[in-house]
Amino acid sequence: MSLKPGAIITEPGSSVRYETGSWRTFRPVIDANKCTGCGLCWLYCPDAAVGKGKPPEIDYRYCKGCGICANECPFKAISMVAEERE
Amino acid sequence: MKQVLDGNEAAATAAKLARVKVVSAYPITPQTTIVEKLAEFIANGELDAEYIKVESEHSALSACIGAAATDVRTFTATSSQGLMLMSEILFVASGLRLPIVMTNVNRSLSAPLSIWCDQQDSMAVRDSGWVQLYCENNQEILDTTLQAFRVAEELLLPVMVCFDGYILSHTAEPIEIPEQAEVDKFLPVYKFPNPLDPEKPVTMGPLGVPEYYEEFRYMLQEAMHASKEKLVEVDKEFKKRFGRYYGLIERYRSDDADVILLTMGSLSSSAKEVVDTYRKRGEKVGLVKVRSFRPFPVKELIGALGQAKAVAVLEKDISLGSAGGLFLDAAASFINVKPAPLMLNFICGLAGRDVSPLQIKEAVRAAAKAAETGKVRRAVRWLGLREKVVGLKV
Repeated sequence: MSLKPGAIITEPGSSVRYETGSWRTFRPVIDANKCTGCGLCWLYCPDAAVGKGKPPEIDYRYCKGCGICANECPFKAISMVAEERE
Repeated sequence: MKQVLDGNEAAATAAKLARVKVVSAYPITPQTTIVEKLAEFIANGELDAEYIKVESEHSALSACIGAAATDVRTFTATSSQGLMLMSEILFVASGLRLPIVMTNVNRSLSAPLSIWCDQQDSMAVRDSGWVQLYCENNQEILDTTLQAFRVAEELLLPVMVCFDGYILSHTAEPIEIPEQAEVDKFLPVYKFPNPLDPEKPVTMGPLGVPEYYEEFRYMLQEAMHASKEKLVEVDKEFKKRFGRYYGLIERYRSDDADVILLTMGSLSSSAKEVVDTYRKRGEKVGLVKVRSFRPFPVKELIGALGQAKAVAVLEKDISLGSAGGLFLDAAASFINVKPAPLMLNFICGLAGRDVSPLQIKEAVRAAAKAAETGKVRRAVRWLGLREKVVGLKV
């Protein structure tokens, strides 16, 4: 991407381009044995980073690690694991 | 066609010849007659433009920003306190890369209140990302203003054309007015890339988060550097069409000079007279005039001043707590460069005080003494200062 003089943006804003996954310090990890596929995590995720499914897939490019899914999961199937640098 | 015009009329005539589409300005002495003249041109049908009345200079430049972004050629003019009130918006105009052309008729700053000429106003906003060109006479005002639109629009940079209040703004000289058809060929119809257009929305002035801001500042700096070459290119094309050329700097009898006066604006004319009197006596004194202060012509000044023994920088401004702005940049040009001349700074002509040939000669004598001894006792001095009234021993 090359920047335009004067910081003009010629296309509408898009969260697709903005990979908020770089913000993450805690990563949600789903325990497939506990997950019932109820879809509450999909519903609550503010970045639409959680898919539907049993267990759902998480798109870590956009998951900023807010932990809402882990907090909302009625079956305690999601745990937040600290990200570690390799 | 020749006409007798004062500096302000020359600036207004240039804006008319450039077929500006929007003028937005607020009256301030000594600029007022520029926008009065433009209002007259618009009222009597000589100029097809919108005149936006505003309640302040802050709004005047803001209106120009909006207009320029919608793809029309835009012009404004101001002075002194007006420029200060605009200062916030100056940085917005350059940051948005809007090619607005503005005349600044140089006038001193309050307090004490003064309506008379010096260059403290434009010097105070030298870091705002505007190209700054200083004119020596009324012909240069008209020609530089026309050139300013070309440079501004080709590089997406705002350009400030500066000239001395009263000394030029209210003094009439015969000047050559180019034909409208010729100006139309020199200045093609203005075209802003990605203008504001409801059919094709764009975002202007977004948040510059830390990951982006630095790049935009770098791009602005690169455009300012590129404007040096562009100024020369446009100047050369102007010469082909209209026969007059100015350069980033002017070298006046300076090629073999031991002592060189460095000036900006109308002061250059008086200083040239002084140079002539020294030359008549066979003394190697010359002058270099800076026309483009932003971008600063570093390479050109190294070439023009490098062989001199001493340079006296005469200027009508002071960066309080340091030295004159022209002096600071000229001195900085020689950092890491050898040979470098000794440099002296003479603050003079503040708030319309006359700079007499006697004072200019005082500067030449001081520079000649430095050249002879190889020493500078005091780098920054004031010319024409009434020492007794400020408690100095004479």
